[in-house]
Amino acid sequence: MSGVRVLVGTRKGAFILTSDGKRDDWKVEGPLFAGWEVYHVKGSPVDENRIFASQSTGWFGQLIQRSDDGGATWQPVGNQFKYDGVPGTHQWYDGTPHPWEFARVWHLEPSLSDPDDVLAGVEDAALFRSTDGGENWAELSGLRTHGTGSSWQPGAGGMCLHTIIVSPKDPKRIFVAISSAGAFRSDDAGTSWRPINHGLHSEGIPDEDAEVGHCVHRIALHPSRPEVLFMQKHWDVMRSDNAGDSWVEVSGNLPSDFGFAIDVHAHEPETVYVVPITSDSQHFPPDGKLRVYRSRVGGNEWEPLTKGLPQANCYVDVLRDAMAVDSLDSCGVYFGTTGGQVYVSADAGDSWKPIVRDLPSVLSVEVQTLA
Amino acid sequence: MIRVVLPAHLKTLAHVSGEVQLDVVGTPTQNSVIDALEARFPALLGTIRDPATQKRRTFIRFFACEEDLSHDSPDAPLPDDVIVGAEAFFVVGAMAGG
Repeated sequence: MSGVRVLVGTRKGAFILTSDGKRDDWKVEGPLFAGWEVYHVKGSPVDENRIFASQSTGWFGQLIQRSDDGGATWQPVGNQFKYDGVPGTHQWYDGTPHPWEFARVWHLEPSLSDPDDVLAGVEDAALFRSTDGGENWAELSGLRTHGTGSSWQPGAGGMCLHTIIVSPKDPKRIFVAISSAGAFRSDDAGTSWRPINHGLHSEGIPDEDAEVGHCVHRIALHPSRPEVLFMQKHWDVMRSDNAGDSWVEVSGNLPSDFGFAIDVHAHEPETVYVVPITSDSQHFPPDGKLRVYRSRVGGNEWEPLTKGLPQANCYVDVLRDAMAVDSLDSCGVYFGTTGGQVYVSADAGDSWKPIVRDLPSVLSVEVQTLA
Repeated sequence: MIRVVLPAHLKTLAHVSGEVQLDVVGTPTQNSVIDALEARFPALLGTIRDPATQKRRTFIRFFACEEDLSHDSPDAPLPDDVIVGAEAFFVVGAMAGG
């Protein structure tokens, strides 16, 4: 019987949660890299045994760990993330020029076709690629140097490149998102880039419709239809039907359109999930009720999913990389919270239960659907 | 023979317990000791010095002979007692944060 392996990054290590296809009984392993912040753990789509993890602390810097046996053992690989050329400056919070400085890897995106090929999104925002399983990293500097980079400013969490999506239909097409610069697209495998923020409207920046400067929190798409993008922006849930050339708001009847996580059902391209958060100053769910909202029509019309989730006195957050879906016949949906819970729904969101309740604050959740 | 004491997280990364003993070519300095350490334990590359600047990381300190050597030149000779192995060279994760 097929199963799932849930890869959880937390503030104090990583955890691996495994189950068979029923997703009722779970084995919990960890903490891996105990005491370190693990921003992201993600497996290769073409080799389920190969997994990459981003491990860091303020004391000892950044490590990249790789497993070639499904997470049983790990080895540190390359951790040299050197910006290409003279990196120059971006804007600091106060608008003054600030040198580009590497802080950490936020997101690892293994290739859809080659287990040795992996992209890394880093803070300060840049995109790196390794073609040797993470041993060596080279910056795809066309993103940082395409012209608007010097005007980018960090969000509250730092100036991070947190979303990387390679089109399943065209490996030369890559989408990335940066807080708080916005969304960008390359159509030539990362050599050249352009902002794709037309239609975004952000009241917190001087020019509300600026080309860059939008605090995009996450982007998701369905593999069968990679020209349709869904975005959770700082405020507003957005949709693009033309690969980001333009965006329209689809927040509709959400109780709050602030949030971080967004994902798409594995088999229904118009079914989208978000977790509304009260506001940027109140990083917890509205009314203390943890509700996932699902739209079955691609946005605007949203239904709350509450069965099995706490509906009182819940004040956790769900961060941008902390939601994922599996691809079993009955699509599983997963998310982790800053309170250390990881929830699973084995019925596409209709009902939920916690896999674990007391992990460290969850930074990321990814799922591998195992053969 | 230089005796090096690592903080717990770096011991875990290097798969060692207790002190590390290193042979260092030439006059031992902070940099040459860390060079030798990284050569023997590649997993420690970049964890003590920033890979881009080769400077000591902000929350790392170097202690020896009951002195904080962190602000000495990284290329200055280490104290004689460290060089002859009477005292250990401590790589310390600063107490900061929670």
